[in-house]
Amino acid sequence: MTRITYNEAAMQAVVEEMRSDARVFVMGEDVQDYAYAAVLQELGRERIRNTPICEGGFFGAGIGAALTGMRPVIEGAFSTFLYSAMDQIANQAAKSRYMFGGQASVPLVIRSVVAYTGGLAAHHSDRPWGIFAQIPGLKIIVPTTPYDVKGLLRSAIRDGNPVLCFEDATLSATVGEIPAGDYTIPIGVAEVKQPGIDATIVAVAGAVQHSLEAARLLAEEGISIEVIDVRTVAPLDFATIMTSVTKTRRLIAVDPAPGTCGIASEIAARVAEHAFGALLTPIIRLTAPDIPVPFSPALERLMYPTVERIAAAARKVCGHSISDAASAAII
Amino acid sequence: MQHILSENDRGPKNSFTNEATRMLSTNANRASEAALAKPQLLEMLRRMLRIRLFDERATAIRARLPGTLHNSIGQEGEIVGACMALRDDDYMTGNHRSHGHPIGKGVQLAPLMAELFGKATGVCRGKGGSMHLADFSSGSLGESGIVGSLMPVAVGAGLSARLRGTDQVCLCFFGDGAANCGPFHESLNLAAIWQLPVVFLCENNGYALFTAQAQTSAVAHVADRAAAYDMPGVMVDGQNVLAVHEAVSAAVWRARAGSGPTLVEAKTYRYCEHSEFGEAVQVPAYRSQAEIDSWKARDPIAMFANHLFDTGDLTREQENAIRLAIQDEVDRAVTFAEDSPFPDSRALREDLFV
Repeated sequence: MTRITYNEAAMQAVVEEMRSDARVFVMGEDVQDYAYAAVLQELGRERIRNTPICEGGFFGAGIGAALTGMRPVIEGAFSTFLYSAMDQIANQAAKSRYMFGGQASVPLVIRSVVAYTGGLAAHHSDRPWGIFAQIPGLKIIVPTTPYDVKGLLRSAIRDGNPVLCFEDATLSATVGEIPAGDYTIPIGVAEVKQPGIDATIVAVAGAVQHSLEAARLLAEEGISIEVIDVRTVAPLDFATIMTSVTKTRRLIAVDPAPGTCGIASEIAARVAEHAFGALLTPIIRLTAPDIPVPFSPALERLMYPTVERIAAAARKVCGHSISDAASAAII
Repeated sequence: MQHILSENDRGPKNSFTNEATRMLSTNANRASEAALAKPQLLEMLRRMLRIRLFDERATAIRARLPGTLHNSIGQEGEIVGACMALRDDDYMTGNHRSHGHPIGKGVQLAPLMAELFGKATGVCRGKGGSMHLADFSSGSLGESGIVGSLMPVAVGAGLSARLRGTDQVCLCFFGDGAANCGPFHESLNLAAIWQLPVVFLCENNGYALFTAQAQTSAVAHVADRAAAYDMPGVMVDGQNVLAVHEAVSAAVWRARAGSGPTLVEAKTYRYCEHSEFGEAVQVPAYRSQAEIDSWKARDPIAMFANHLFDTGDLTREQENAIRLAIQDEVDRAVTFAEDSPFPDSRALREDLFV
């Protein structure tokens, strides 16, 4: 086992797949001089391609290459830039296999960084997995650890379908252990990161780390929290969530993305639909408000679910008395 | 052999276009060394007639077809001339006016007709319809209801050929409307900087839905935009199938030789409406009958047949026999479509993921 950062693990996945499969190549802005500079000499400029700033153009080129035998990895830079390629993602990548009756397949990976909390403001700070989850035909992974990002990205590159990989920048420096050798994590499988019995917290991206921290605090108060990392937003592993909620009978869904129509809402709706009778208390969703990300740190710090808010929500669902102020702070 | 630009091109020649034309003429001589033999000329006629008779028949049975019907009537020359400049292993992308493209590439009519009916035996298993007739076994990478959307995909196919070390090219069909969209500009730039084997073929029929190209384009000739992307731009009479074949062959030759992309603008015309709307839409008076008639007087199929009569490659009896045979193909395609089942409900969820 070696200890590496989340970013290093992600890069290892792509580089190792490029070494073992000649069909894999990378396209994106600044890739030759920045992200892939260390392997440029080894893998060459044909397979590590700098693109102009034309997301529609080079994302679409990735789709065309994927349709004709290659396995491109598109470096989308910031997740908010994906909107510039929305037609290609939504109308070509997601729909080609279905609309042409199975004649096509699009083994394409689109990586992008989800950067928030850093004062990058509204055009660089979106957490858009919920938006893309509304488009049938895409797979969406949101890994939260070095081990997960390497295993999931490998699976994404080997998958015959278009996969969006959103990499939470608040996790990029986190360190974790990864084994040597070829391992993969299947797309579509959530993970219980921390077992517990009193309440289930299902979380996405950076909220997983905050939920684990909240769970540690609550353990000291005698509350046992089960934390589930969805890992894959689409297709969502609902079975793992159901098993957990059936056991704990209390659910909190946490997502740093805006709440309306997001993943926390989807999880809450499905659990309410299928496990209503098991629930002891209403489901709580903790999300960002439906607001673009403001620049000033005084405002941005109000945007995302925090350890304190998650812990307060957990105390509430577990029926422990909490102050009015703490209750108000949940939403 | 005809000049690439016949006397019927629409606008003033400018020096860039003439230089590009001269450059392509030199290559075209090489390309036309593989001049078309009689069997290929007759196949050209057959494919043009297939498009015409398929679309006329689809129009006649319009009431029985769900959804839209975007015909290619009048554009058979540019479609077939371009498609027949390709090899079987070359790629092609199209647009919403999709019927002519697979027929131009020589695919069977029956699965196309079945697709218009929404049957399980359709080329897209009933999942696509009129705007999306794509037979991937012929090298198609799709047709799209979104204007310009497949242009970057065509660039990707060219990139793929380059990375895999093959000499395949991708023919990219798009219209005059698409020439104003973002993807057009991004795609030409990308193909140019990477010198990719893409032939961008503008099917300029003068209208996007009801709006004339002159109102929406900053330049009169789409071919003139090639200069902005440092590639040759060629204007060609789209109603002259041989002229189109020559121009596209030269561009294909150039692409295969590693010299990069070309923009070919075929001046053409659709007699039919943008879509066979039926009673749903009151078609505005956006063009005159006199204009339609002037283009019909230069019908691509009639002109080509006359050319073949003149060269002795075709007699009127043979032309008649070919028409009857194609009519029979279309009839059998309709029967096949009628007799085919609709997809069953399980098909709804099939083919989403590999």
